[in-house]
Amino acid sequence: MTTVAELEEIARKCRIHIVNMVYNAQAGHPGGSLSEIDLLVGLYGTTLNVDAANPKWADRDRFVLSKGHASPGMYAILAEYGFIEEEDLSSYRVLGGICQGHVDSKWCPGVDFSAGSLGMGLSFAMGCAVAARLDGSNRQSYVMLGDGEIQEGSVWEAAMAAVHHELGNLNVILDWNGIQNDDFCEEQMRMFDVPAKWEAFGWNVKVIDGHNMNDILEGMKFLKQSNERPNILIAKTIKGKGVSYMENNPAFHGAAPNDEQYTLAMKELGVQL
Amino acid sequence: MTRMAATRDGYGEALLELAKNEKVVVLEADLGKSTKSLHFRKKYPERTISCGIGEQNMFLVGAGLASSGYIPFASTFAIFTERGFEQMRNGIARPNLAVHICGSHGGTHTGTDGSSAQSIEDLAIYRTLPNVTVMHPCDDVSTKILTKQLVGTNAPSYTRTARNKSPVLYEGREDEIQIGKGVLHRQGSDAAIIACGILVSEALEAAEILEHEGIHVTVIDMHTIKPLDEELVLKVAKECGRIVTAEDHSVIGGLGGAVAEFLIENHPVPMKRIGVQDRFGESGEANEMLDLLGLSSPYIANAVRDLLN
Repeated sequence: MTTVAELEEIARKCRIHIVNMVYNAQAGHPGGSLSEIDLLVGLYGTTLNVDAANPKWADRDRFVLSKGHASPGMYAILAEYGFIEEEDLSSYRVLGGICQGHVDSKWCPGVDFSAGSLGMGLSFAMGCAVAARLDGSNRQSYVMLGDGEIQEGSVWEAAMAAVHHELGNLNVILDWNGIQNDDFCEEQMRMFDVPAKWEAFGWNVKVIDGHNMNDILEGMKFLKQSNERPNILIAKTIKGKGVSYMENNPAFHGAAPNDEQYTLAMKELGVQL
Repeated sequence: MTRMAATRDGYGEALLELAKNEKVVVLEADLGKSTKSLHFRKKYPERTISCGIGEQNMFLVGAGLASSGYIPFASTFAIFTERGFEQMRNGIARPNLAVHICGSHGGTHTGTDGSSAQSIEDLAIYRTLPNVTVMHPCDDVSTKILTKQLVGTNAPSYTRTARNKSPVLYEGREDEIQIGKGVLHRQGSDAAIIACGILVSEALEAAEILEHEGIHVTVIDMHTIKPLDEELVLKVAKECGRIVTAEDHSVIGGLGGAVAEFLIENHPVPMKRIGVQDRFGESGEANEMLDLLGLSSPYIANAVRDLLN
């Protein structure tokens, strides 16, 4: 069993990968990658039943990064857990590279869903969950949604359908960082009581601190409960978490650091340049 | 007397026959009674997934099932499939997942429901997507056979069926049906009519009318719009030197567009496109719509005469 301290160390390494990828590409989405990364480490480190040596294993758990722009976070995880090589991270947004701008199953091992257009991943994961049930398998489907993303209407088509079909094997993690492309979510589209909305649709709901690893591990236990209802872990996060000037700053939803900012980020993440 | 039947019934029958493959699943969006997937649902409820009135979700649930080794057939009205176009583009075509979409009640032939229900752009939009097979069969027999053949393609597809009955042309000719291969129904040397769907029988009537005037035309059923049977188009263009396309669809981007795009680069010949002339339909009976919009056999015959003059 991996300890909390070990998981936190993996998350720190992933944050370094994320900043490196975006800095090297001078493009991409650091903010949402940094907000989701502790959750991804908790998921891959303790819960997700996958095999890096056999990424297409038919009875693996599925993970769908629906907020596909936060791909640096996913590539960092895939490198740390052995699905891809650390060298592959330098192919992010580079012609012919396996690390496409948005995660793509055709290009990158360990990617189950080709994302990039918001609001699609929950429906896809629902299809995977239905397939698991038809197969008589206990494998689980996990989905990472962004909070801005749930403004897409089709998310709620899926939210309704998953409860109708009693898909207890479908599990959402919501990266509730409060910022979307243009601005704070509160400015773009107020969503009011987000947990109450999911509860009203019939989901099992748990709210946690998405940067506290003990909290995250409790959240993973919550997702493993099996009843006839799908589960959603609503994780309060900070966009850009771990790099001071990116934290809670809408400007770093989709912008790369300059040289000076990069140096500062590395220093804050404990890297000797 | 020619038997009359609706292509959507051919789709429903195909699903029932496909059911012996346990990987085949059916997705519905509250229109299974209309698209005819209901027969499958009644017999195999455990393999039928109701998605409610939510087409976008339905398409991607299909994608998730396909990625897990299932063969999903999802249907709704042709017009409502269009709401899920981006799901089809990004979630199905791009990762090349074999989700099979059937849009029933396609074209103006669907009739009195009016313009909101008359999809006249579906063939055009799906034809722009890489990996996607696009079909519009003309009778129930060919619809059934083509739908069954989809299981072997391992790629996504869109098939348009029609609400109303049309003449059955393929009884006893089942062996001639193959995805991607047009079918020769009549041979002539003055012009070739390349038609799909409801307008195949109108094209045959037009050929009959023209025969009495001493004009001999070839008639092709081009049930697969993509991939287009380019070999056959080239052959009839060379043999006849004049082409008329006919479809219950906009003249922009459908069968006429596909044939024109191919010929202009390979063997340009004088051409006319019978189709809806960049307008919307309205409420009317199926045959009234074909006359109103200039799609019925007299208009097809006229197009041939125009090319000959």
